[in-house]
Amino acid sequence: MSDTSNDGAKSSVTETNTIKARHPAADAISMFVKNRAATVALFVLILIVITGIIGPMVYTTDPFDMVWAPFSPPGQEGFLFGTDYLGRDILAGILHGTRVSLLVGLSAALMTVFIGVTVGALAGFFRGWVEEVLMRITEFFQVLPTLLFSMVIVALFGPTLPIITIAIGVVSWPAVARITRAEFLRIRELEYVTASRASGSKNAKLMFKVILPNALPPIIVQAALMVGSAILFEAGLSFLGLTDPNVVSWGQIIGSNRPYILDASYTVTFPGIAIFITVLCLSLVGDGLNDALNPKLRQR
Amino acid sequence: MSALLEVKNLRIELDTRAGVAPVIDDLSFELQAGETLSFVGESGCGKSMTALGIMGLLPEKIGRIASGSICFDGEDITKACDERLREIRGNDISMIFQEPMTSLNPVFTIGEQIAEVLRRHQKLGKKAAWQSSVELLDAVRIPDPKRRASSYPHQLSGGQRQRVMIAIALACKPRILIADEPTTALDVTIQAQIFDLLQDLREQTGSAIIMITHDMGVVAEIAERMIVMYAGRMVEQGQVDHVLNHPRHPYTKGLIECVPHLLATLTEERLELTEVAGIVPSLAEFGQDACLFASRCNKVDQQCLQARPVEQHFDNHQVSACWHADKV
Amino acid sequence: MAKDNLTDTLLDVANLTVRFPVKSGTPFAKKQWLKAVDDVSFIIKRGETLALVGESGSGKTTTALAVARLVDTHAGSVDLNGHDFLALAGEELRTARTRLQFIFQDPYSSLNPRLTAEDIVREPLESLNASDKSNHNKIIDDLFEAVGLRPEQKKLFPHQFSGGQRQRIGIARAMATQPELIICDEPVSALDVAVQAQILNLLRKIQKERNLTYLFISHDLGVVQHMCDRIAVMYMGKIVEYADRLSLFNNPQHPYTAALISAVPSVDRERRSKFTPILIPGDTPDAINPPPGCRFSSRCPVAKPVCSESEPPLTANTDDHFVACHLVTDFGESPITFMRLSH
Repeated sequence: MSDTSNDGAKSSVTETNTIKARHPAADAISMFVKNRAATVALFVLILIVITGIIGPMVYTTDPFDMVWAPFSPPGQEGFLFGTDYLGRDILAGILHGTRVSLLVGLSAALMTVFIGVTVGALAGFFRGWVEEVLMRITEFFQVLPTLLFSMVIVALFGPTLPIITIAIGVVSWPAVARITRAEFLRIRELEYVTASRASGSKNAKLMFKVILPNALPPIIVQAALMVGSAILFEAGLSFLGLTDPNVVSWGQIIGSNRPYILDASYTVTFPGIAIFITVLCLSLVGDGLNDALNPKLRQR
Repeated sequence: MSALLEVKNLRIELDTRAGVAPVIDDLSFELQAGETLSFVGESGCGKSMTALGIMGLLPEKIGRIASGSICFDGEDITKACDERLREIRGNDISMIFQEPMTSLNPVFTIGEQIAEVLRRHQKLGKKAAWQSSVELLDAVRIPDPKRRASSYPHQLSGGQRQRVMIAIALACKPRILIADEPTTALDVTIQAQIFDLLQDLREQTGSAIIMITHDMGVVAEIAERMIVMYAGRMVEQGQVDHVLNHPRHPYTKGLIECVPHLLATLTEERLELTEVAGIVPSLAEFGQDACLFASRCNKVDQQCLQARPVEQHFDNHQVSACWHADKV
Repeated sequence: MAKDNLTDTLLDVANLTVRFPVKSGTPFAKKQWLKAVDDVSFIIKRGETLALVGESGSGKTTTALAVARLVDTHAGSVDLNGHDFLALAGEELRTARTRLQFIFQDPYSSLNPRLTAEDIVREPLESLNASDKSNHNKIIDDLFEAVGLRPEQKKLFPHQFSGGQRQRIGIARAMATQPELIICDEPVSALDVAVQAQILNLLRKIQKERNLTYLFISHDLGVVQHMCDRIAVMYMGKIVEYADRLSLFNNPQHPYTAALISAVPSVDRERRSKFTPILIPGDTPDAINPPPGCRFSSRCPVAKPVCSESEPPLTANTDDHFVACHLVTDFGESPITFMRLSH
């Protein structure tokens, strides 16, 4: 009767005798690790995070202090990246800016995911008029010109870090909502969801404990890419001067040194490279996650 | 008379995560012109791979014919260039697949898909090809063929789509038609229609048919000879009547007895189905020098575990790859 | 319906109708409905197995889902052990689900890929509070043993099991709350034949051991003939024949049933030489606007004018053998006499 018994027959060598439990995510992790570009990018990102945390503690120069003459070229007088138009240490600015950019990037991405997943999940699960209303709201936010709208929010409520984070989050969530809704629509038709209902699960449990964990892969990918675009967004806002004047961010360094781009290009280049590397690494990690989590690429 | 298709010691390898696996391991058989041969087995036994190997459609980069030969009308097509294979495919040897939904291109009309084959292989002009296309749709019993030729696949039912596949496959009157589980996805009454159609067409065109299936009933109805596959190896072959009446391999016997067949007259009694214990071996275990069925067999002994069974030939041309073939 | 002994009846389905709205081309066109299940009635006695047989579009799976309250019913009643199952709602419905469980068709999509086998079987126990929490582990261990899985397999994830093993997990899950009725929706169709036999034997074994009642959905007549006591044949949402196993297979009265049985390819030489298969041409007609009269009339080889005029009612002419056909005589003789053809 069982897979293993039948008068005299040996149990098949393929029986799951000593096999260890292997969560489906383990497959994804091993695929990710095989992607060298993504793994290196992840490593670099970790380095950037560590730099952001420890850097300002080690290199204690205040980025707002005028420590030298303006436009000191990089490498001279002990200033690795030189000084800007006010004589402020650019290296200090970049190190402090790491914290700000990462913080804004992560918070905005988290907010985006939170709003987007909630809206998408409700729309995809309940369908009917709930879906109609939520999708119309989503579309409304989607067609807003993102930069202009966030500028309006910042202009109305003041340029502080929390407001900037909210402004970015408010215009970015529709993409996550659409992805979430699509995944919910697909998964709710699968038999294990029906089986869970037949086992007596309530709606909340179905949405968040049964469907959502299985809907995560594309959401995770989008979240990783979101961090990158949030950082770029913040840089853009800062470049336009819509930044918290009490903190130094990469975009702010670029923005304030904009008039001097031709004379002292290094003031703009270094923070630009910092943004470039960070966003590139986030992109590579996002791509790596996509390949690892995308079931179509996996061999059965 | 030499066989239309002669396969000798064919070995097809596939790259898997666990290494190279011989999904077809030393397979030899012959197909005479006009004959219907059936490949039977469970999933993963290699029956579809054999068909893909014959057609030269193995998955690129990860699949290859490692050794052996496939002689079609005297020509070894394992050594043929891509150009020659393209000439043969659809023309001399054609294939119909299991899923009619995904085998037809959704953006072309069915008439166009049939005509395309005719234009390419028979070099017919546009108008002549379309005309032949309509005739073929009639031959496969699609009602109102002239109008339906302009339909798209999604406008047809599953059974109709499979008929279109058959029309495409038979358009150039191939010498061999390979049918890979053509009715598994269809209702049984539609299946009956399709088999009836295939049998009629076979008589008309004289094509040999290789029918790949997991259903012993289908084998009994349609085929003259059968080959039973297990884990990439042939375990038994012979004439259908002989094999079904007296299987000479424990797997064949198990496969026949484990299915509840419809009987001529039903009685009150309901016997427990004979089970074949265990599960098919994974790809990583293919290719061993031992009988791959040993772990599930109730006649297993030391010899089965130590050496791959040698083929035993019986007088009625039945062949069994089992150390205990005469005792089954 | 014949009701010999009312206390014996576990499930009583009467006039069940399930319909789905059909999206029309324009928003102002009249709303159209697809009657997937149309006025279906049957009973299942305790300990028995009733099969719903049909091809795609027959409505058999929808019937099963409707009985299990997994799709909405438009009309009709479902009595489980004398209680109106359709009237329950909210908490009452959830509690009642302990008595009626479901085994799904596709072993590859009916198990949550992110839960261990143990947690999958545990889910109904937890959601439905079927017993004390302290008992759960013991129940799960017993279930695993009953379906032929080993205790160390509890911690594995679905993708680490074969198709047959996954189906065993699904069966264990269905048994967890000790239901009285289990609906099996094509439980072996997605499995290889050798594994099918294992699962079918398992299902019969646990049925005997636990006095279970099955509603068995299948398109495979061989399996049905082996597993079931009574059979209802469905076509386009309606039951066309409803009889005991021996009666239906040895004397199919409805032309569709006869054609269905004759279409099954068989290894039995004797059977094949005895009966010529009945081929029914074409495909099922438009399900949204079925033609008037008998739904099978457009494809029936022996249809007469009366068949396209009025729908034949499901009536019994011999004891407990119901058929919906105008042309079946009062003595239960079928218009298709292929059974009596001999060569």
